[in-house]
Amino acid sequence: MAETTKKRKPKPPVTESLLTSGHRACAGCGESLGAKLVIDAAGPNTIVTTCTGCLEVFSTPYPESAWRVPWIHSLFENSSAVAAGVEAGLKALGKKEGINVIAQGGDGGTADIGIGCLSGMLERNHEVLYVCYDNEAYMNTGVQRSGLTPFDTHTTTSPSGKKSFGNQHPKKPLLEIVAAHNIPYATSATVGYPADLQLKVKKALKEKGATFIHLHVPCPLGWVYNTELTIEIARLAVQTGLFPLVEFKWGKVTRVRKITRERKPVEEYLKHQGRYRHLFASEEGKKEIKKIQAIADANIEKYGLV
Amino acid sequence: MRKLIEGSMAVSESVRLCRPHVIAAYPITPQTHIVEFLSQMVADGDLKSEFINVESEFGAASVVLGASAVGARAYSATTSQGLLLMSEVIYNIAGMRLPLVITIANRSVSAPISIWNDHSDVVVLRDSGLITLFAENAQELMDIHPQAYKIAENPEVSLPVSVNMDGFILTHAFEPVEMLDQKFVDEFLPPFEPVHKLDVENPITMGLLAEPTWYMETRYKLKETMEDAIPIIENVAEEFKEKTGRWFGGLIDTYRMEDAEIAIVGMGSLIGTLKDVVDTLRAKGEKVGVLKIRSFRPFPKEKIREICSEINQLVVFDKSYSLGLGTILQEELRACFYRQKHQPLVSGFVVGLGGRDIPPQSIIDCYNETKGKEILDEFVDINEEAVGRR
Ligand SMILES: Cc1ncc(C[n+]2csc(CCOP(=O)(O)OP(=O)(O)O)c2C)c(N)n1
Ligand SMILES: [Mg+2]
Repeated sequence: MAETTKKRKPKPPVTESLLTSGHRACAGCGESLGAKLVIDAAGPNTIVTTCTGCLEVFSTPYPESAWRVPWIHSLFENSSAVAAGVEAGLKALGKKEGINVIAQGGDGGTADIGIGCLSGMLERNHEVLYVCYDNEAYMNTGVQRSGLTPFDTHTTTSPSGKKSFGNQHPKKPLLEIVAAHNIPYATSATVGYPADLQLKVKKALKEKGATFIHLHVPCPLGWVYNTELTIEIARLAVQTGLFPLVEFKWGKVTRVRKITRERKPVEEYLKHQGRYRHLFASEEGKKEIKKIQAIADANIEKYGLV
Repeated sequence: MRKLIEGSMAVSESVRLCRPHVIAAYPITPQTHIVEFLSQMVADGDLKSEFINVESEFGAASVVLGASAVGARAYSATTSQGLLLMSEVIYNIAGMRLPLVITIANRSVSAPISIWNDHSDVVVLRDSGLITLFAENAQELMDIHPQAYKIAENPEVSLPVSVNMDGFILTHAFEPVEMLDQKFVDEFLPPFEPVHKLDVENPITMGLLAEPTWYMETRYKLKETMEDAIPIIENVAEEFKEKTGRWFGGLIDTYRMEDAEIAIVGMGSLIGTLKDVVDTLRAKGEKVGVLKIRSFRPFPKEKIREICSEINQLVVFDKSYSLGLGTILQEELRACFYRQKHQPLVSGFVVGLGGRDIPPQSIIDCYNETKGKEILDEFVDINEEAVGRR
């Protein structure tokens, strides 16, 4: 009997997260889940800078703060530069050893308005982990289009209508742009696979230079889906090839998450989300879905995901 | 020790002696020499700072913000377009009560693009919470930077301080300067002890969202702090004077104002010209002196009223203009006497925009023209034909 019983791993002690509950994120918010996973993987010896956006607004309405680590928000477009200053300051004071510096921002704060500061921080190779919480639109201001909003997505500034299927630009290749800075480590991750995400955070924080995580975080409000579907939708983005999980070291792809067995057509991902409802409403729309499938196929081909 | 050095060298040497931990700056004429000298000092091992070559002035201001937030002494320098690009961050630095020092090599603002001096850049930030001091010459630039840090880092203040110097006129001119030494500066300027800092031993949240229930209170505290900074600026200058014998003013400075009936007012390097003009006018029997505004923010209203209690007229020379309103320093001085018991006449002239030369004779002409009568908005020495002046 004794031999056949599987040895159970001891349960980890229940500790409070470094991003405490009780903040103001919406039910099912992928971004708050992501932030919690990131900071808990990083641990308490971490200083965090954050761009203006949902994450900042829901976690730090004065006089409340959900953060149990030192945390600073300055502006919409500068968390990377503020983090560079934090890192440089700590170094000059002889206090950097053993302290992680994490900069965070949404897709807008990172890939659009903040890309200049981000590029500077990466190019100078500051010892900073930058996490981009990609919910694929400016959610904090009411779901406007960003450079990371996918093709044919309905947002409030790229609405679908009689003459439009929504956003007509493909998602900006943020991870490749970042990796092209030839930094030690850059990867994509998703809240759909929390263990993978936390492993990547730890991996990144071991590096002595700039690192980056492009984190996919579904948004029930902006994507218009039922709140219990966040994890499922996050996984479907990976499984369809629309959000490939790829790791770069020094600008070169070193690992991908294969989707050989779990590969699904893009409809499986799109159909849950109100932001793609218009594509299912007409024959013309269905043709558009084929274009989105082509984007997924190209990703799969490019990174050898099957 | 006395040395013949460029104004920019006086600044960088003075900044070096303040031992900044982090310097972040982006090149822009006429500020460039300052950051070039500083980066050379770092390269030579004469200055132990993290020198961050940023991608923009916006980045520079954000880097020094982050450095100050962990308790590091931080420095930047810029001008004109660079300052405007920083402006969003400067408001933020002040709002978060992060002390640091920034030197502004004052230059006009585009369009048309002009690299030459006036004060149009810094006046844009007059409502931001940035303490704004103007230096008059290379010696004052040497002396003012330790004072600026001492004011900024005073726990009662904890705000950014800008040291303003006229582009080219001060940045690129060589003057004999009595050098400060490390021992003196170390004694005068103690290590930076931040009021709040990002520290894993004592985690705090900075830069929170303020709903309507709180925002106004934070602005009120800033208003109070600006008022509290008034005696502190004066005391720091007094302390510096006690220890060195040198005095360029605290909030203001005066020249031959003792029995004066008219005060000529200005800021920055123009003060030198105004002093010469006053000597000339005095020699002709005019009862006139110079009022130098050294602290533009906080604006020392009380001190100005006190100093002008016997003055009949202020003749103000502005190097900036608020389009749609008037000359800025003049408007502020005028407001300062509104409904006071003693209300001198106030005249305002615009001089030196975009680096236009300011000959002493032009100042004298303005003085003679306005003596006893109010003149406003007069653009001195403009090409009348070119503008088809009405
Ligand atoms: C300079 C500037 N421009 C615009 C804004 C308004 N703004 C605040 S947050 C935000 C959108 C944030 O979007 P994103 O970065 O994707 O973060 P999310 O809220 O989606 O997490 C915008 C447009 C601002 N605060 N500052
Ligand atoms: Mg977003």
